[in-house]
Formats: sequence, C-alpha cells, structure tokens
Amino acid sequence: MTARQYFFRGALILANDSNQSAEASTALPIHIRDLTKRYGQMYALDSVDLEIKSGEFLTLLGPSGSGKTTLLMAIAGFNRPDAGSICFGDTEMILTPPHKRDVGMVFQSYALFPHMSVAENVAFPLQLRKVGAAECTERVAEALATVQLSEFGERGIDQLSGGQRQRVALARAFVFGPRILLMDEPLSALDKKLREHMQIELKHLHEKLGVTTVYVTHDQREALTMSDRIAVINHGRLAQVDTPHVIYNQPANAFVADFIGESTMLPLSGDSAGRLMFADQVVTTELPADAVADHLLVVRPERLFVVRDETLDPQKTIAFDGTVREFVFQGETAFALVAVDDRHELSVRFSTDSASSQNELRPGDKVSLGLHREDVITIPDNA
Amino acid sequence: MGWLQRSASDTQVTHRDRLWLYVVAAIIMLLLVIPTFIVIPMSFSDSQYLEFPPSNWSVRWYDEYFGSSKWMRATVTSFQIGVLTMLVATPLGTAAAYALFVSGHRAARAVFMFLITPMIVPVILIAIGAFYAFGRVGLNNTITGLVLAHTVLAAPLVMIVITASLRTYDLNQELVARSLGASRLKAFFAITLPQIKFSVVTAALLSFLTSFDEVIIAIFVSGGVNATLTKHMFAALRDYIDPTIAAISTIMVLVSSVLLLATQFIGNREK
Repeated sequence: MTARQYFFRGALILANDSNQSAEASTALPIHIRDLTKRYGQMYALDSVDLEIKSGEFLTLLGPSGSGKTTLLMAIAGFNRPDAGSICFGDTEMILTPPHKRDVGMVFQSYALFPHMSVAENVAFPLQLRKVGAAECTERVAEALATVQLSEFGERGIDQLSGGQRQRVALARAFVFGPRILLMDEPLSALDKKLREHMQIELKHLHEKLGVTTVYVTHDQREALTMSDRIAVINHGRLAQVDTPHVIYNQPANAFVADFIGESTMLPLSGDSAGRLMFADQVVTTELPADAVADHLLVVRPERLFVVRDETLDPQKTIAFDGTVREFVFQGETAFALVAVDDRHELSVRFSTDSASSQNELRPGDKVSLGLHREDVITIPDNA
Repeated sequence: MGWLQRSASDTQVTHRDRLWLYVVAAIIMLLLVIPTFIVIPMSFSDSQYLEFPPSNWSVRWYDEYFGSSKWMRATVTSFQIGVLTMLVATPLGTAAAYALFVSGHRAARAVFMFLITPMIVPVILIAIGAFYAFGRVGLNNTITGLVLAHTVLAAPLVMIVITASLRTYDLNQELVARSLGASRLKAFFAITLPQIKFSVVTAALLSFLTSFDEVIIAIFVSGGVNATLTKHMFAALRDYIDPTIAAISTIMVLVSSVLLLATQFIGNREK
C-alpha cells in the first residue's frame, strides 16, 4: 500500500480531493446496548441503547450531570461501565483499553502537549503507530492544511490563539485516520463569534472526513447547527434520539420541549368528543396514541404572530386573546409575555423589522395571537 | 532620603511607615545566617583552636582537610550515599506522588499523609528504629543500610515537590495521549515526565542534600569505613575542638548553597 493510499484509508480527504469520498470503507457504526454505569446509588447511565450510524455526526445533548460525558468516556474507554455492550462495527470494545480503540478524541481543554511544537503534537499519534518519517511529515502537513494551519507547524503551543489551538487538537485527533471521532465540548472555551464560525468549520470537516463523530455539548443551538442526529440525554437516560428537525418540531416529551429551544407549555383537557381543548378552543382532533394521559400544548415563541384586522380561518389557525405583560427589545428580536388567562402566559418572539406593527406593543395592550395548526405540538404530560 | 516618602506598594503606605518592618526583617535574617557564616572566617584562622574573630589568617586547616585520608574517605562516602539516596528516593517518591495524585481514591490522602510521616517524626526515632532493625539483618555500618534510611527521609520531600508540580499539570493530556494510541506507561514517559522534569531534578537535588547533610541517622547506623563526613565531624567536635571542622563546614555550606540555588533556578524555569 502506498503512502497515498494509506492516507486515504485514514479517511483524510482534502478539499481538492473531496469527490473521492472514502466514507463507506472507513467509518464504523457504534452499537451501544443496555449500557449502565453507577456511581454509588446514582445512575450516570441507565440502560442506554443507542445505534450510531456509520459516518454520522451524532450529538449527545443534555444538561450538566446528565451522563453525556460519562457516555462519551465509556465509548473512549476511560471508564468501565457496570453492564452493557459497546461495539465498533462487529467488535465488542467494552474491555479494550483506550489506546487500542483507535478513536480520535478532542477534549474541552484541548490538552495540547505544551512541550512539543504544533507539528510534533500532530505527529504524536503517527509516531506511536511507527509511521515512517517521510510519510509522517507528509500526513502532518496535509492534516495542518485541512485545518488551515499550514504555516504554523514550527510554532509553540503558547504562540497560538484559542481557535488555532482548537484546530491543532482537531488535526491531532484525525491525522492517524481513526474511524471514530469523539469530541467533548470542544468549542465551549471559545467566544461566541468564533464558536459559531468553528461550528460551521467542524461540520464541513466532518463532511470531508466522513468519519463517525460523537459530539458532546450542553449548547442546544450548537447541537441543532451541527448534528445529523441529536441524542437528548437526561438523568442517564435517552429522552429522544432524532434529527434536529424532528427534535425541535416534534419533541417527544416535556423535557425535550423545554430543553431544546424556547417554549411555553399549556395544559390541555380532553372533552367528551375525544378532542384536546385549551379553554374553549379545539387544539387537535388527531388524538395521540395514549389519549388517556393528560396532554400539554407546546408553543414555540417564534411561531406565534399578532392578529390585527384580518379574520382567521379556525380550520387553519388557533387564536389566543390576551394582555401584554412585558415587552423587551433584544436586538434582532423582541420578546413579549402575554397573559392568556389568570394562570398562563405565552412567550412570543417577534422580528424587530421596523415595518412590523408588533413594535408598537405596550404592557397592558389587548392582543390576539395566532398559531397555525401545523405548528401545534402536543406531548403527554408526565409531570 | 527621598525614597522614604515614596509609596512602598499600590497603597498609601510609604517606605517611612515600613521602616520598622525592614529593620525587623534584617535582624531576623542576620540571626538566621550568622551561625552559618560565622564558621567561614573561623576556618581561615591560624590558631589551634576555634576562635572568632581570628587573630591570624591562614589556609592550613584546608590543607589539613584535603591532606587527610580519613576526611577524604568520609567525603567520598557521603557523596556516594547522597547520590545513591537520590537515585532510589527520586523514582520511588515520584511514582508514589503520581499514583496518589492520579488515583482519586478515598484512601489516597490518608496514604499520602502516612508516607510523609518521616518528615514529622523526630529523626532520632527513625535512627533508633533503623539501628535496631538493621542490627537484625546486618545492615548497620553498610552503605545499603544508610541509603535505605536516608531514602525514608528523602522520599517524602520528593513526593511533596512532585505533587505540587502535578497540581499545575493538565492530566487530560495523558487521556489524550492514551486515546491517540499511547499506553499508560508510554503516556507518562512521553507526555507527563517531560513537563515535570524540572521538578524531578529539583526533588533529586533535595534528596541528595537531605542525605549529604544528615547526621543523626548517620551517627547510629554508619561507621567504620562507611562512616559519613557528618559523623566524623560530630565525633571530632566531641573529642577535640579543631578548626578543620570549620573548614569542612565552609565547604559543606558552599555545596549546599550551590545545590539550593540550582533548585531555585530550575524551579523558576518550569514556570
């Protein structure tokens, strides 16, 4: 096998070679079954089943202490689960030590080796694999080119900015052609603008490498931006695993609805005709599977709109009449709290487009809010 | 005397307000160093006896020291034991400090405290204990015995220096190295050790000094051809007062000071 072929086996496809995708042959699926990890009486992971597809970008999203990092560390081999199975492809990995798992990993702190130059950092995994000097130099150069740091090989780590360090950590994690890439909140130390820029870059890099990627974050916007699928995790259990679209538009439960995006939840009551009602309005007649349970209406603030003079077709739209409690200007959007009855307030988000009439809302104003029926989300109320 | 009016720090306190503090500090420093440095002029005395200040100057006591096979052999023994103690205590103490720091086990703190007890226990207890224990296994008056006893004193120092250094080290680097394909051992030697190397060298120098300066254990467990320099000095002081001791002391102060300055210099490089 020539150096060049070896390089491609390593799933490192450069921008100018991007047509020759090596995805299918290099990425590995991860099968996680019944994975359990306890610390004392606390379940960090509670019978987690998760299928991560070959070449997929999957994000583990959850609040701190939800178990998402425990799951990532179990995949990397840094903790030993109490029960369950982790397979890379067909190979059981649960007893394999981390250095034999062949996964690339990027840590939150980057953990670059400060006693080595940028190039030496990136060469480290190649040297461990006894790659010859010439090929090693070539692959380090290509990896640094991929993260746009070609000129920085000789630099010391302390001469790099936060974003550059991030890229070195990335290059080091994929230079040896791992078939799985793990990232533990790699962008959380960067400021907002750079973080958003790096999200897009990481997404492109993933497309280029085609490597199965598991990404941990507590930032829901980051998860929505980057992922093929999101696994929402809470109290060591998976709350929902699906594409960003489905997670946002059809949350499976109150936790997901609340954790992803903004939402207001209104309690619904069933009537004798089997319809779900809020006050005197029919919210839905398409009854969910477990119609016996109580249900909540999830309202996304940006899906509401102010109804002025036009009359609404009740077949297509639900209307809420209320009183404005708060109105806050927040730059690109404005935010209002509207009381629809004594106990319930809806959050509403408007564009601050200067032409739009919502800009004239004042606390105390009577207002009518519309919601298209296709934006109706109902979830069972387990609380 | 304009400097007296100037502020001594970022506050309104002037050097004049602080004058008493400077005087107190100077007195304390003098009290600390005078007993050490008083031997230096005494060692250049021409007199048969230790006297201060000397009435006539000479280097005859240095000639006496360098010309005596007894003193020379003791000096070589002290250096041998110092170097061997350094070679045993540094890896042992480093390994213990690393293990206890990384483990995170509940008992790690208790084990650490247990391992550094030789620093708290009066050295004479260790000396008596070593004397009787070594008596049973025939280690008294041997280099091995004294190196073992000195290692008991030096290893805790190594542990403290290395633990302090590990506290500022990001252990995630080892996790990364392992995920990139390095075994734990390889990760330690390739990634961790190069970054704490100056602390390891500092700890090694301190181990050497601990052994080189040590007298109490040496009095109990060293003797005959393996008696250390400090043991001979102590015996000489008891039997006859002789300025040779002052000459040797001066040389030991010089060795110790150079090594301590070296540790300071190396310690600063790590930061």
